[in-house]
Amino acid sequence: MTTTDQSYATAPQLAETLKRNSTIAAFIGLVFLGLTVSGIFLPGGSLEQFLRSYLIGFWLWFGVGAASLLILMTQFLTGGAWGIIIRRQCEAGAKTLYVMCFGFVPLLVWSKHLYWWTTPAGTADKVIQAKALYLNYPFLVGRTLIYSAFLMGLTWLLTSLSKKEDETKSTAISALLEKYSAPGVLIFFILMTFCSVDFMMTLEPYWYSTIYGFMMIIGWVLTALAIIIANTTILQQEEPLRHGLTSRHYHDLGKLLFAMVMMWAYLNFSQLIITWSGNLPTEIVWYIKRWNGGWGWVAMILLFGHFILPFLLLISQPAKRNPAFIRAVAIYLVVVHAVDVFSLVEPNFTSWQAPKFALSWLDITAPLGFGGLWMALFYRNLPVMPLLPLGAPDLQKALNHGRSH
Amino acid sequence: MSVHASDQTLSTPLHGLMAEFETPGQLVAAARKTRLAGFTKFDAYTPYPIHELDEAMDLHDNRVSQCTLVGGLLGCIGGFSLASWVSSVAWPLNIGGRPLISIPMFIPVTFECTILIGGLTAAFSMLIMNGLPAPYHSVFNVDRFVNASRNKFFLCIESEDQKFDRSATEAFLLSLNPEEIAEVAQ
Repeated sequence: MTTTDQSYATAPQLAETLKRNSTIAAFIGLVFLGLTVSGIFLPGGSLEQFLRSYLIGFWLWFGVGAASLLILMTQFLTGGAWGIIIRRQCEAGAKTLYVMCFGFVPLLVWSKHLYWWTTPAGTADKVIQAKALYLNYPFLVGRTLIYSAFLMGLTWLLTSLSKKEDETKSTAISALLEKYSAPGVLIFFILMTFCSVDFMMTLEPYWYSTIYGFMMIIGWVLTALAIIIANTTILQQEEPLRHGLTSRHYHDLGKLLFAMVMMWAYLNFSQLIITWSGNLPTEIVWYIKRWNGGWGWVAMILLFGHFILPFLLLISQPAKRNPAFIRAVAIYLVVVHAVDVFSLVEPNFTSWQAPKFALSWLDITAPLGFGGLWMALFYRNLPVMPLLPLGAPDLQKALNHGRSH
Repeated sequence: MSVHASDQTLSTPLHGLMAEFETPGQLVAAARKTRLAGFTKFDAYTPYPIHELDEAMDLHDNRVSQCTLVGGLLGCIGGFSLASWVSSVAWPLNIGGRPLISIPMFIPVTFECTILIGGLTAAFSMLIMNGLPAPYHSVFNVDRFVNASRNKFFLCIESEDQKFDRSATEAFLLSLNPEEIAEVAQ
């Protein structure tokens, strides 16, 4: 290692902090996942309820892993200081997919208790039969294998190339990373749209929305960015990021977070306005179930809490440049996005004639459990590599971002 | 380094003294020193935006943002009111049994009006507060100033400044190591 590499070494205290965080997160994850599983047998729980809550927790945190991979590819393609300083976090987040992808297994094994269209009654249904070319169990399993293989394969490819870039400092590898990321982003969006259809949209198998996949992916990116920003404020307390970061970096990340908040609202509103204009029985059911019988309060929480409040909080420039403030907003956004995923899953199981709000305690333990698991994996993956990409051609430029010349 | 400021007659009314720099870094450092030296009426001229200058010159004038906010809010309220008034008072129509004030359908109009009025307010308040259009500006009396839109960076301390003193200010500018110093005729 050269002297420059030495000066970017991770401070020993920071390595300790990351290790401790991993242990704490693993403990939280195990406790809450254990509680969630025991919920199958405890009062107020059932296998059906367990699977719904499992889907909420899994979808939220699987998405954070998948979005880490997407942000990683995006920053290879666009360049920029914001991407270089968070690249190692994106890599650590993407590597959680090696574990998270196995989370599909219970959904496939017990699909009959969660996805009505896979039950005998469902497959006998005329509408489902008309869609059987796509909606059939073997194809679902096959598609899940493709999603997982794609996510894990691409993560492996990009992270191992990035490691090589660090070691060799070869710009040829930097070019390769860009070259693989371009089709990667494209295929990611196509496959994850299908994945959203398979595991979320088919909860309501008659209903469809073409913007749905994009909506899910933007929700993931929002959550992943929020977690990365919150974690950046932890990493910044010690070297190598302590002197590497300026308020300008936070400003850039804050702007991206702000953009995702608006994008989330834009996509959700686009779906609403098209459904509202059409007012067709198959389409409007989705909103009737999310508006009546107490669910309207959740919709209001999302309108004000997931859009208007964070929009107002993030619109100001000094706010985005203040690490403590933006960390608080970021953590808040993760929580409110969990409410969003909850409102995507649970209302599907209420009747549209008489919707009734229902919150199970498993809906709270499952996202916490998966969150603990995800953070534990993330903090375990993070110290494996130097916290800054030493081989990135623009590293110096990225660190000088926002400083006087 | 040539200083041709003293070549000119002192009787000409002065707009100020202008220093020319080779790099943006030198200009930012010079602007910071000028502010710290107590000057208030000075300006920097660059071929492209330099974000560090805001901080170096301690610029905190956000009147354009404030005007934009007011304009945007007016547009927002105006757009929604217009759509509501048209659909419920001026020409009420029952469209597929939806309420007359059909909020989701009014959001695009509300949004567009917010952007339109906000944007126009931003543009015009910027022009008015900058005193634009300005067919004449003293800084162009310096021949080399054409380079401000090419590759040179300029700092001009204006004679209106309370601290301005023809020779003392020139000495101060000299201490900043400029390429050139020029008198700016009014």
